[in-house]
Amino acid sequence: MQLVLEKRAERSTFIAVASPLIAITLTLVTMAILFAILGKNPIAALIVYFIDPLTDSYSLQELVVKATPLVMIAVGLSLCYIANIWNIGAEGQFIIGAVCGSWLAVRTNGTDAGFWVLPAMLFLGALGGALYALIPAICRVYFGASEILTSLMLVYVADLFEDYLVRGPWRDPNGLNFPTTADFDPVATVPTLIEGGRLHAGSIIALVVVMLATVLLGRMIMGFEIRLVGAAPRAARFSGFNADRLVIFTFAVSGALAGLAGIIEVAGPIGHLQPNISPGYGFTAIIVAFLGRLNPVGILIAGLFLALTFIGGEEAQISMKVPLDLTKVFQGILLFYVLACDSLIVYRIRLLRTVGKPVPAHA
Amino acid sequence: MLDALVQIFSLIFSVNFILTVITASTPLLLAASGELVVERSGVLNLGIEGMMIMGAACGFAGAFMSGSTLIGALCGIVAGAALSAVFAFLTLGLAVNQVAAGLALTILGVGLSGLIGAGFVGEQIVQAPRLYLPILTDLPVIGRILIGEDAFVYFSIALIIAIWLFLYRTRAGLVLRAVGDNHTSAHALGYPVLNIRMLAVLFGGGCAGLGGAFLSLAYTPFFIPGMTAGRGWIALALVVFSSWRPGRLVIGAYLFGAVSILGLALQPLQLGVPQQLMNSLPYLATVIVLVLISRTRGTAGSAAPASLGLVFVPDR
Repeated sequence: MQLVLEKRAERSTFIAVASPLIAITLTLVTMAILFAILGKNPIAALIVYFIDPLTDSYSLQELVVKATPLVMIAVGLSLCYIANIWNIGAEGQFIIGAVCGSWLAVRTNGTDAGFWVLPAMLFLGALGGALYALIPAICRVYFGASEILTSLMLVYVADLFEDYLVRGPWRDPNGLNFPTTADFDPVATVPTLIEGGRLHAGSIIALVVVMLATVLLGRMIMGFEIRLVGAAPRAARFSGFNADRLVIFTFAVSGALAGLAGIIEVAGPIGHLQPNISPGYGFTAIIVAFLGRLNPVGILIAGLFLALTFIGGEEAQISMKVPLDLTKVFQGILLFYVLACDSLIVYRIRLLRTVGKPVPAHA
Repeated sequence: MLDALVQIFSLIFSVNFILTVITASTPLLLAASGELVVERSGVLNLGIEGMMIMGAACGFAGAFMSGSTLIGALCGIVAGAALSAVFAFLTLGLAVNQVAAGLALTILGVGLSGLIGAGFVGEQIVQAPRLYLPILTDLPVIGRILIGEDAFVYFSIALIIAIWLFLYRTRAGLVLRAVGDNHTSAHALGYPVLNIRMLAVLFGGGCAGLGGAFLSLAYTPFFIPGMTAGRGWIALALVVFSSWRPGRLVIGAYLFGAVSILGLALQPLQLGVPQQLMNSLPYLATVIVLVLISRTRGTAGSAAPASLGLVFVPDR
């Protein structure tokens, strides 16, 4: 038996819609098997993972809080990936955005600075993320260095830089030697939407980002350029689109969004700068982008789904004593299935019986 | 200032430093050797980091349960190859984008290794033994450096020599390079492109697994989640640095090994530089080297295999 791919005459619209659902179903089946191997009741485990977080107000809010950075980062990354440009360093841009915005919060801490502090912090966060993302973009455009490797290397650098700041110059002198900055002032904090709740205004910004991206991709010439360069690079070259400019643009936008997500996370749910501000949002967002089929609205749904895996993973760790790493396994498997199913949009799989000699071609 | 320089120099040329450089370079060399063959066949597997950490976890598990370094190393190889088989199925069988599949492999490998390694964190094994030949190993300076290493170090050197011989001195190596440079022509000549690539990917997975196993069996005799710390990505950069040539790969691996432990080695000197800056040196160096090497090469005359990273679906 031999597995052979055959190009479909047309892209299958049915599979294009169904592929994320097929992928999720396959992942759930795989997870059930994994749970059984770990000696847990698969059904009970899946309920803890995927149903329980949806049943109370606190975890529902937490779901949106966790989905917010995922969606914002993934929307930016999808612009890159559509154009076949590979920014995989969003985690680093997220951290640098958080650092740049926090600079202002730390500087104004304890002064009676006005309401302008938070908007300025958000701006600095986006700017910092964009500038940091421009490093790999410039390295690629002007020196031809692979943006995949440089953007990833800079994640480690950003992480160490932030670690240095919170353990060194920015450490809270009254913080009992914990490696964190002082808690941000109220004017430097993203307001919550519900009194005493977790839901914060950053989620609204994420929704706006989704809308803007939809307009950009569907209605603007830049969006057309992004899609064209991705789908038909040769045609794009002939029609005079500048691929280098696109690398700079998509990197800057995705970096700005990751940076914005970073400062919102720090000025919102966390409230101060500390080491390990992200449980891997920048990497999980890659999965979100693909699961959402590189479409802003799809990404919104996919972001909520992957946020569920974070919360479900934490709950399962506490109540069922399963390792937290299971969440990453889950996310990795999900991405595999998504990619495999996406392949079926363009190709049809045929199983051939091999009888020693090649099958004659019918053309 | 001068004093500090003298101190740094005496440190860099000390036997101990050279020994640590060799230990730091070996996992890079092992993983990058495998990837070199993979990329020469035209496949870009970005999942090295995931395969290495799986090799570290499974290698440790194997060695801990069997009490044998050799069995541990074999477990590492099998784990890396098994993970790469998933990658091969996706990219070669289902024509999935190689960059995306490689990222998925890394995410999966990091998660799985945490799951497998969780039961072994805090445990310790007997470190891989070092060669000791009476008299020879006791020779001053070169004795310990050349005749006092563990089996992984000698194997990594033997491996890269074997790869060089294979690529440039055998017919099979020539076919592999042809597949990587132009898969359409190779297919037209009747070579089984996908099968050749699958073997290359499995080989690369085994090498990455072995490099990871080295970390938990010889580098440190215990397993820590995330202990590869980006070495898989540095190995990828090394392949670019080497212009896809085995000889330069060895030089590159040892240079990067030296840079990666420079921070640790200079720590006792109290240079007044933040430790975090020292720790970020290998990553910064990788970026700078990639820029310099890509710049001198120019965009047109790239040394990369011409079909690298491209999807190939054979027509019938």
